[in-house]
Amino acid sequence: MRKHSVKSAAIVGATLLVVAACGSNKEEGGTSGGSCDTSKGTLTVGVVAPLSGNLSALGIGIKQSAELAVDEANQKCTVKGYKLTVSAQDDEANPAKGAQAATKLSTDPNVVGVVGTLNSSVAQTVQPILRDKKIPQVSPANTNPTLTRGNDFLTAPKRQFDNYFRVCATDDLQGPYAANYLVEKAGKKKIAIITDGKTYGAGLAAELSKQVAKKGGQIVGQETVGEKDTDFSGVIAKVKALAPDAVYYGGEYPAAGPLSKQMASAGLNVPLMGGDGIFDGKFIELGGKEGDLATSVGAPTESLATAKAFVDAYKKKFGKEDYAAYGAFSYDAANAIIGALAKTIDGAAWDESKRDSMLTNVGSYSGSGATGEVKFDQYGDSTNKVLTVYSVTSGKWKDVQTGEFTG
Amino acid sequence: MSVLLQQLANGVIQGALIALIALGYTMVYGIIQLINFAHGEVFMVASYGGLATFTLLPDDLKKSPAVALPLMFVGGIVVAVLVAVIMERFAYRPLRNAPRLAPLITALGVSVFLQEAVRVWYPNATSNLPYPKVFPEGGLTLGSVNIAWTGVLLVGLSVGLSIILQTYINKSRMGRAMRATAQDPDTAKLMGVNPDRVIVLTFIFGAVLAGVAGVMFGGYLNNINIDMGFQNGIFAFTAAVLGGVGSIRGAVIGAFIIGLIKTLAGQYMPGGTQYDYVWIFVVLILVLVFRPQGLFGEPERVRA
Repeated sequence: MRKHSVKSAAIVGATLLVVAACGSNKEEGGTSGGSCDTSKGTLTVGVVAPLSGNLSALGIGIKQSAELAVDEANQKCTVKGYKLTVSAQDDEANPAKGAQAATKLSTDPNVVGVVGTLNSSVAQTVQPILRDKKIPQVSPANTNPTLTRGNDFLTAPKRQFDNYFRVCATDDLQGPYAANYLVEKAGKKKIAIITDGKTYGAGLAAELSKQVAKKGGQIVGQETVGEKDTDFSGVIAKVKALAPDAVYYGGEYPAAGPLSKQMASAGLNVPLMGGDGIFDGKFIELGGKEGDLATSVGAPTESLATAKAFVDAYKKKFGKEDYAAYGAFSYDAANAIIGALAKTIDGAAWDESKRDSMLTNVGSYSGSGATGEVKFDQYGDSTNKVLTVYSVTSGKWKDVQTGEFTG
Repeated sequence: MSVLLQQLANGVIQGALIALIALGYTMVYGIIQLINFAHGEVFMVASYGGLATFTLLPDDLKKSPAVALPLMFVGGIVVAVLVAVIMERFAYRPLRNAPRLAPLITALGVSVFLQEAVRVWYPNATSNLPYPKVFPEGGLTLGSVNIAWTGVLLVGLSVGLSIILQTYINKSRMGRAMRATAQDPDTAKLMGVNPDRVIVLTFIFGAVLAGVAGVMFGGYLNNINIDMGFQNGIFAFTAAVLGGVGSIRGAVIGAFIIGLIKTLAGQYMPGGTQYDYVWIFVVLILVLVFRPQGLFGEPERVRA
């Protein structure tokens, strides 16, 4: 029953019609750009992210940050002769809908690159569709290591998709980094793991478990809950009997928040820790409690000198700071695409034969972005491997430790 | 041992919630042989109705649970009843004499409509919404077993309302009319029973129970989302089938069985919580193979 078939098919049908109708007319271009030469037409930066549904807080941050990057490029005339727009497609955090969104973007010859996706599971269906059209995809948020380096990412890494890049660190660093913090810094030796069984959550938890064992900690139990579950009393009772020092949740905030709250009311008073998927204000709103922990990719946006310009510009454009966990990454991802595009076109006109050199130029892109240096290695992974541990302190996420995973 | 007791308590609370919804399925089926798939969404809408009521209250009332909580129940129930009555009048009544499949498909359509309507029109309903903290905090601790007060309240309401409903249907004049319509609508009509009134009343009873369940769900689990109606609706429907569709007692007992299977299978069966739903449906299939009418149902009569 975790996948409802008939009904979701009907909903898919209905919403697709709506999404398709809205999406095609969406021209979220620059506010000015009037002084630039845009005689050659309009090129599109695609965005694939969950704009509705439970993860929309993250998805909308991704979309708006990409819009900000495009706006600035239009104002600065970064791409000579062209105006840029954003075409944002909703994937509802659902791999099947992500595939439809990617197909829609890939049939447009004017799409020069795609920022997205949020979910690693959605990336798995989007990657091959965009590869077939040689459209570069730069993800601000996919942390599953297999997306770039394949199943044997530690022992025999192999580039999976030559069109796929990401600007964030991966779970084979994030999981162990969290494990080190839990076992060494926080002194939590007995750790129970709960995941939602999806690509991201299960992968992250697996990386964490390996490192916990290495550092002398112990995984006392491993449970899986349904993505749409709301009552966790059963799994909590089971975990509570194992007397863990901490619970690690591999998944996202819509389940993690209520889980943390229900843990407390069931008398299991230990911190819940998660990855970047729970690092959002919504986690606290939905029941995340004091002392809960999360790791996230990059250094805290507010503390980075390079991020200040982004935060100020975002606030000016959208009026609030809802760029969420991946806003700065999305901004950098869009800028990588725009930078590579400017180099590819270089005064000439865009056509689809330029896609090969576009891919090369994204791969060799190097810039200073809101999250620090933006550069890709031979697998398409970011060279920026900084991670941060956050803790819920007086109702807010507060950073407690920033660094790189060193073993 | 304490784990077993804790899981039993969890199972009973889940069962109590499912029972409140399952009664709506089973009553409507008993009267007009319609599996009202939109009933789960009535439960969901009630939950948002309760939340909206709280949001609209003046600030000083928000701080006093003794006033706010009953008002939320009233708000949730009113919304649920309105939705159910409109749904019956405009979606099901025109199809009363149509082949059975037509209202069934309509029910699915109404279900999708309600879910999308809340998603589009309720502010921020695209993601989970936290429920206000007006419910009694904390809970009962018996040895090592923790039971939240909201859980106790949920079980009390569920059992109490089921008994009242059963008594009403067995003892009152209107209840007799309902039973008569269920047995043979045409003859009941000849005897002076107004079937439209009976059917609307059945939908209203179901909606009141779903309304209570919707608000209690928010109170017990602290947050609500638009998928809650579908998932719990499926459980409730399964409970009604397990107990024998059309039987009040069957629906309640079926619901508690499902709640207990879910928590106990998650604890003790191989696969743990990942496969807890599987066991619910294994039991359902076994019951349907050996007792197709369900535990308390009557073998289906073929009507002329």
